[in-house]
Amino acid sequence: MRNSGYYSQFGGAFIPEILVSTFDELESAYLEARDDPSFWQEYVELMSTYSCRATPITRLDNLSDELGGANIYVKREDLNHTGAHKANNVMGQGLLTRRMGKKRVIAETGAGQHGVATATMAAKFGFDCTIYMGAHDVARQRPNVFWMEQMGATVVAVSDGSQTLKDAINEAFRDWVTNMDDTHYVLGTACGPHPFPEMVSWFQSIIGTEAREQMLERTGVLPKRVYACVGGGSNAMGLFSGFFDDDAVELIGVEAGGRGKGSGQHAARLAYDDATIGVAQGYKTFFLQNMDGQMQDTHSVSAGLDYVGVSPILSHLHETKRVRFEAATDEEVVAAMQRTVRREGLIPALESSHAFAQAFREAPEMSNEDNILINMSGRADKDIFTVADAVHDPKWREFIIDKAAAYRREMSNG
Amino acid sequence: MAEYATRLEESIRAARQKKDLLLMTHIVLGYPDFDSSARVVEDMVEAGVDLMELQIPFSEPMADGPVILKANAEALKSGATVERSFEMAEWLTQRFDIPFLFMTYYNILFCQGIDKFVSRCQSIGIQGCIVPDLPPAEGQDYLDAMRAARLAPVHIFTPNSTPQRMQFLDQNSEGFIYSVARKGVTGKETSFTDDLADYLSTCRENTSLPLAVGFGVKSREDIEFLTGKADIAVIGSETIRVLETEGVEGVRPFIDALVA
Repeated sequence: MRNSGYYSQFGGAFIPEILVSTFDELESAYLEARDDPSFWQEYVELMSTYSCRATPITRLDNLSDELGGANIYVKREDLNHTGAHKANNVMGQGLLTRRMGKKRVIAETGAGQHGVATATMAAKFGFDCTIYMGAHDVARQRPNVFWMEQMGATVVAVSDGSQTLKDAINEAFRDWVTNMDDTHYVLGTACGPHPFPEMVSWFQSIIGTEAREQMLERTGVLPKRVYACVGGGSNAMGLFSGFFDDDAVELIGVEAGGRGKGSGQHAARLAYDDATIGVAQGYKTFFLQNMDGQMQDTHSVSAGLDYVGVSPILSHLHETKRVRFEAATDEEVVAAMQRTVRREGLIPALESSHAFAQAFREAPEMSNEDNILINMSGRADKDIFTVADAVHDPKWREFIIDKAAAYRREMSNG
Repeated sequence: MAEYATRLEESIRAARQKKDLLLMTHIVLGYPDFDSSARVVEDMVEAGVDLMELQIPFSEPMADGPVILKANAEALKSGATVERSFEMAEWLTQRFDIPFLFMTYYNILFCQGIDKFVSRCQSIGIQGCIVPDLPPAEGQDYLDAMRAARLAPVHIFTPNSTPQRMQFLDQNSEGFIYSVARKGVTGKETSFTDDLADYLSTCRENTSLPLAVGFGVKSREDIEFLTGKADIAVIGSETIRVLETEGVEGVRPFIDALVA
């Protein structure tokens, strides 16, 4: 009996019968690729010529001084093509899709980063591409939708349920159960049925492998603490996996605290105690659900962390206490982002800014002999509308009003 | 297959002595509300429906298409809970003399506790369960509990299932096998062709349990096609579509036309 893909009690493959053979095929293709050293070589080659690997680490000189305490380093996943770590997973799965001889890819997306990355990969590899995105996210991430469509992807706004990431995942599965013969589902995070959590973590492990070497080379020692934001958990799994064997390195996952503990409006599955163990979207993990097992609405200023579940591997690492989970509220996140933009000229995505917020909170308590590392999983260009609102920028507002008026004039003049 | 026949299998076999093809319908408990669900069941039983699937609504019905998806969401919005679903199911099993099954997703069982869920099914007269996101490899606790309670865990054959897989599913099933007529989710078009006939005969060869066929069955012609090839025709989304467009009153004429 096939019952693999468990991390203590978490994970599994709770899939509809129609997909059983598709998952068997995917698992075999993945395991063959893993066993084939030329596959990883091809992957690294692709990422260094098409994206920007190895991405550098940057020391935050000004903020390290200003905050006092630990020296703060940042792993620059924002420098990937398409602006986030999502590219790592997507290009890897693209190579796998080609290996399996499939011609079409589908994906879910929350913030839109994974959707853009998938559309990019599809354009490069010549695949047909459909992206499922919650209607709520389509509304708040128009720039990403624009680029996906420019790259030839069909973007489907999902208006079921809470109209966010989980609903997009359900809809992508509904597509896949119909079209599995020629279609690969490029799941964007380290969640979902086995082998996705393991496979996505494997592609993302390129972050941690590079970062560990770079920190040693740069500072001569391993970082004391390593921070990553956690939505589904793929950027965290990617960075953390470089340090799993280094017991002295503390790993900190930072979830979306939204409007705070006890508000009921957040997406902190592990840091707060509102989540319970359940099974949905094909896997077992901690979910924000009610007593009956119905999924609850979540909230975060960042579309990419606004998710009811979390990687089963991270649930396991939470239970074994290998990873410490914290949450940062919307307010703290926007402040941390503004501070980083202003003092360092880096523009972390709202998702990544959760990790910055927590690191800024802890750095001053540490010694100036200590180094810490933050994963800057993506850049914030896509967040410009949300950020402009959050910082109440009057000039931005004026610009949009003028732009709208100009469009309106154009339309009424035919 | 186990060495005993479940009550569900026995009643299906008994009903088949009198009828060439049985009819199973599907409703979502609490859609559009619990009173309407009760009236729909009453109309269906009077119209001659032989068995029924009662879906306990879930917020993430991954294997369902738009019609049932929406019914799940609306039932939850109007306050459906697992407790009310159980109460309603008990009321139905006491009132109507046909077998009732639960259809729901695994999280509903998991959050209740599997043993508790199964023993509650047994005590209220539910005869079997269909849990589309629980393959046997993940469901040993469920299978053990169902067997101990002599209830029927129903599994699904699909056009992607190999004969070996069908045999494996058969070994883990009781009551009947639910064979889906095509890929995809519930409630889309299915073409009733020779390919389907071939697939059904493969299904037939790989189980000795009664065979139900669902996904896209919605007309008198579909029913005629299935007669002689299966034991049970399942009308799922179409009943809910009728309920959605014509209200409770539309259900009886729809079923009457199918079985006329």
